[in-house]
Amino acid sequence: MTTGRAVPAHFRKPLLETPFHDRARELQQNDQFVGWAGYSTVDVFSSVEQEYFAIRNATTLYDLTPMVKYRIAGPDAERYLNRLVTRDVRKLKVGRVSYVVWCNDAGHIIDDGTIFRLGARDFRVCTAERQLDWFADSAIGFDVAIEEVTSEIAALAVQGPTSCFVLKRFGLAGIEQLRPFELAEFTVGGRPLLASRTGFTGDLGYELWLQPQDAGSVWDALMDAGRTRGIRPIGSQALNMARIEAGFLLPNVDFVSAEHTIRVNRDRTPLELGLGWLVDFDKPHFNGRRALLAQRERGLTRLLVGLDVAGNKPAHNALLYAEPAGRREVGSVTSAMWSPTCKRNIALAIIDAPSFAVGTTVWADIYLNRELVWERRMAAARVVERPFFAPQRRRATPPADR
Amino acid sequence: MSAAATARAYDAIIVGAGHNGLVCAATLARAGRSVLVLEARATVGGCAVTREFAAGFRVSAGAHLLHQMPAALIEELGLAAHGLEYAATALPTTALAADGAPLEIGDLAALARRSPADARAWPAFAARLGRFARLLRGLLAAPPPRLGSGAWSDRLALARLGLRLRLLGRRDMREFLRIIGMNAYDLVADEFESELVKGALSLDAVLGTNFGPRAPGTVLTLLYRLAAESAAGPRALAQPRGGMGALTQALARAAAAAGATIRTGAPVARIRVDADRAAGVVLDSGEEIAAARVISNADAKTTFLRLLGPEHLDTGFVRRVDHIRSRGVAAKLHLALDRLPAFAGASPRALGGRLLVAPSADYVERAWNHSKYREWSLRPALEVTLPTVHDPSLAPAGQHVLSAVVQYAPYAPEGGWPAGKPQFLEAILGVLESHAPGLRAGIRAAELSTPADLEREFGMSGGHWHHGDLAFDQFYLVRPVPGAAQHATPVAGLYLCGASAHPGGGVMGLAGRNAARRVLAEGAR
Repeated sequence: MTTGRAVPAHFRKPLLETPFHDRARELQQNDQFVGWAGYSTVDVFSSVEQEYFAIRNATTLYDLTPMVKYRIAGPDAERYLNRLVTRDVRKLKVGRVSYVVWCNDAGHIIDDGTIFRLGARDFRVCTAERQLDWFADSAIGFDVAIEEVTSEIAALAVQGPTSCFVLKRFGLAGIEQLRPFELAEFTVGGRPLLASRTGFTGDLGYELWLQPQDAGSVWDALMDAGRTRGIRPIGSQALNMARIEAGFLLPNVDFVSAEHTIRVNRDRTPLELGLGWLVDFDKPHFNGRRALLAQRERGLTRLLVGLDVAGNKPAHNALLYAEPAGRREVGSVTSAMWSPTCKRNIALAIIDAPSFAVGTTVWADIYLNRELVWERRMAAARVVERPFFAPQRRRATPPADR
Repeated sequence: MSAAATARAYDAIIVGAGHNGLVCAATLARAGRSVLVLEARATVGGCAVTREFAAGFRVSAGAHLLHQMPAALIEELGLAAHGLEYAATALPTTALAADGAPLEIGDLAALARRSPADARAWPAFAARLGRFARLLRGLLAAPPPRLGSGAWSDRLALARLGLRLRLLGRRDMREFLRIIGMNAYDLVADEFESELVKGALSLDAVLGTNFGPRAPGTVLTLLYRLAAESAAGPRALAQPRGGMGALTQALARAAAAAGATIRTGAPVARIRVDADRAAGVVLDSGEEIAAARVISNADAKTTFLRLLGPEHLDTGFVRRVDHIRSRGVAAKLHLALDRLPAFAGASPRALGGRLLVAPSADYVERAWNHSKYREWSLRPALEVTLPTVHDPSLAPAGQHVLSAVVQYAPYAPEGGWPAGKPQFLEAILGVLESHAPGLRAGIRAAELSTPADLEREFGMSGGHWHHGDLAFDQFYLVRPVPGAAQHATPVAGLYLCGASAHPGGGVMGLAGRNAARRVLAEGAR
C-alpha cells in the first residue's frame, strides 16, 4: 500500500481559495464566506431564497471543490473498497457512481461519500471529511495506492431543471443521454472534463470535474450558456435547504462521525440513519458487518426519520416528546426547515423505538424569538416517509429540453 | 469445496505443531474431539525442537530449559509415559562476575561474602516476590475474562482476581500495587547493593522481550517468569533428556495416543472462510481440508494478516494486530566445543546449570540501548547453558555443546544481518572468552540464529519467540489484542492457541490448554 497527499502550495493562509474564488468574489453581494474543509467558500451570494428557487426552477452553479477527493487505484482496489464500504462495489460498473457509507468495527458510520469507478482498477472517492488515516489503515494487506487529489480537481455542481439544457449549450454533446449515477468524459474547447449525473439537491443536476486551470473559463462559459435559463451561483445555505427536502444527510448535522464522537451513544449505524438499503449483508465481509448483523437481529432502538411538523415555524434543534405535555422525551430534530416547494414544515429527526414508526405523532418543543421575547410552542409532528421532495425530472433520461 | 478436497471433516484443525498446538491437540483429543494437526516443518515441536547444528552436535534450537510448563499439565498428559525423561532437574542459576567468584542465586552464604546487607535482604525479597508470583499464577491457567461483557462468569473471574489481591493483606497488596508497573532496575536498586545480584535479576526481567531493565513494566515480566516457574514446581529448572525436542516428541505421542492425527511437512497456505466462519484450511499443495474449527498455533500477525487475510476482518482490528509489538531481540548462539569450557571459578554444579552474563543492571541496560537504534549489543547479555554436562548424548564423546540466549539482537539492524552477523558473533565470543578464557580455542563450529533467522526457520513474526512482547498493553485481558483475547477471534470458528494468546510465551503449554478449554466450554462440536 502506498499513500500520498497533494500539498497545496499556499500554507500561509488559514483558508485556501478554490480555483473559482475570483468568480465568487466578483459575484457575491454580502461577503458571506465560510470555511469548508480548509477552503473559503460562499455561504450566500445574494439571498438564500433566490438561490434556493433557482435550484428548483432554473440552473445553479455551486463550487464543491473543497469536497475531499481520493484516487484509489491498484490491483486490489475493488477488493479494498468492497471491504471498506457497506455496498457491493463489485456491482459498480466502470463509468458509474455509487453513494456509500463506511463504518468502523462497531458498525458506526465514519463518513458518507461517493465512489466513481473510472476504470477496472481505478476509483475516485469523494468524502465530506478527510479520511487518509482510516483509508490507509484499511489498506493494510491490500495492494492499493491511495492519494488525496482534492486540490488537483476543481469541481462544480450544475443543478436545476434547466441544467441539462445549459450543459448542452455549453458544449457537452450527448449529456442528455447520461443516466443518474453515470459519468462521462467530454472535451470542451480543447479542455477535458468529467461530468457525472450526481448531486446533493434531489433535483435534475450534474457535477463537473475539471482541471483547476480551466475553472475560470468553464465558469464563464456556463454563465454565458445559462443566461437565458436563469443561471445563478449559489452558496451552501441554499444547497442545505434543497438537501433537507431531498432527505439527504449532512455529516456533523444529522450524525457525527464515529471517529469524532467522545460521548457514549452518539455514534450512529447506517441502519439507525435509515440507510439500511446501503448495507449489503450478502456480499463478502466489510467493516462493521458483524456488528450491524447483530444490530439487525436485536432490532433498532432509534431511527432517523422525516417529520411533518404542524404550523410554519421550523423545529430547529427541537426536543421531541411522546405527548403534548412534554414529559417523556423520545428524540430530537437534527435538521429542520419550512419547505417552500412542498409547502410543508419538514424536519429530520432521530427518534427512539417505537415512536419512530411512520404515522406516529410526536410533539416538537419549538422556541420562537419574537423581537427578543422567547415563546415556546408544542407542535404536533407526524413521522413520514423520506424524501419530502422527489420530482420525476431528477431521474428522467433524457431530461426535458428546456 | 473442490473435488480434490479431503472427504473427512475434523472437529478441529490445529495449524502448527508447536508445544502449544500439541497441548491443545492432546487436550481436545482426550475430550473425544477429532483433531488434525498440520505442521509446516518436517518435525513437530515448532521452536521447541532439538536439532543438529554441526556434525554430531545437537542442541535445543530455541528455549533450552524447561522451567515454565506446569507440573500438573505434564502429569495430566502423561508425558512421562510417553517418553519424557529429565537429564537434570532443579538446576541452579549462577551469575558470572567479571571481578571474582561467580554467585549462585539463592546461595546466601556466597551472597554474604559479596554483601552482608544483600544476604539479609534476600530472603524477605524472594519470599515477597514468591507471594506475588503465586497471585499471578492464578491468572495463567484459564482464558481471561472479558471486560464489560456483563456475563456473570466474567464478573466472577474479575472479582476473584480482586479477592486474591485483597487476600495478600494490606502491606503486600500495597507493595504489589506499588511495584507492578515499575521497572526492574529501580526495584532491585531499592533492595540490593551488589551489582551482580541486580544484573542477574535485571536479565531475568527482560529475557525474550524488547525491553531494557529500566523500561516500565519489567517488574511485571519478572513476576510473570516467577509465576510460571512456581507453577512448574520443584523440577524447574529442568533439562529434558535429548533436549527440548524430547518434550515436544512426548507431547506429539500423547496427542497421537489420544487420537489426534499429526501431519508434518504440510504447510497451511490459508484458512478457508465460508459464510463468515472458519471452515478449514488450504495447504500449499492446494489440498483442502474441512473442519468445524481452525485453531492457530501461529502468531497473531501470521494468523490474521497472512493465513486468514485482512479482508475477513475489520480495519480497527487489523490495525491493532498490525501494531502488536513483536520485534524479537533474542538471538541464539550454538557452539560445538571439543572440551568443557572453563568459566572462571564456576563449580561443576554451576556449569551444569544456567549461567548468566549480566554483571550489573547497567550492563543489561547498555546492551539494550544498542537495539533501540537498530544496532546489536557490543557487550551482549547472555543466558548460557552447557546441556552436555548432564546429557552427553547431544555431542560426540568427551565433547560439548554451549547454548546461549543472547540479548540484544535487533530484528533488522542497520546494514542488515548478512553483513552484521560475523561482527555480532565476534562480540559475543569476546564476552564469553572474557568469562571463560580459552573457550574460543575449543570451538569446532558455531551457529548464530538472529531474530531474522528464527523468523525464517520457525515462521514467527519478527522472530519474537514470545509471539509479541509481554507488556501491560499486550497482556492478559488484551493479549494479543482486544477482540481476540479470549482465544476466540472475530471470525467464528477460528481460535488462537499459540504464545500470542494468554498467558503468552515461554514453553508453558497453557496457551494451548486454555484454547482447548475455551473450545470445549462452547460445548457443541
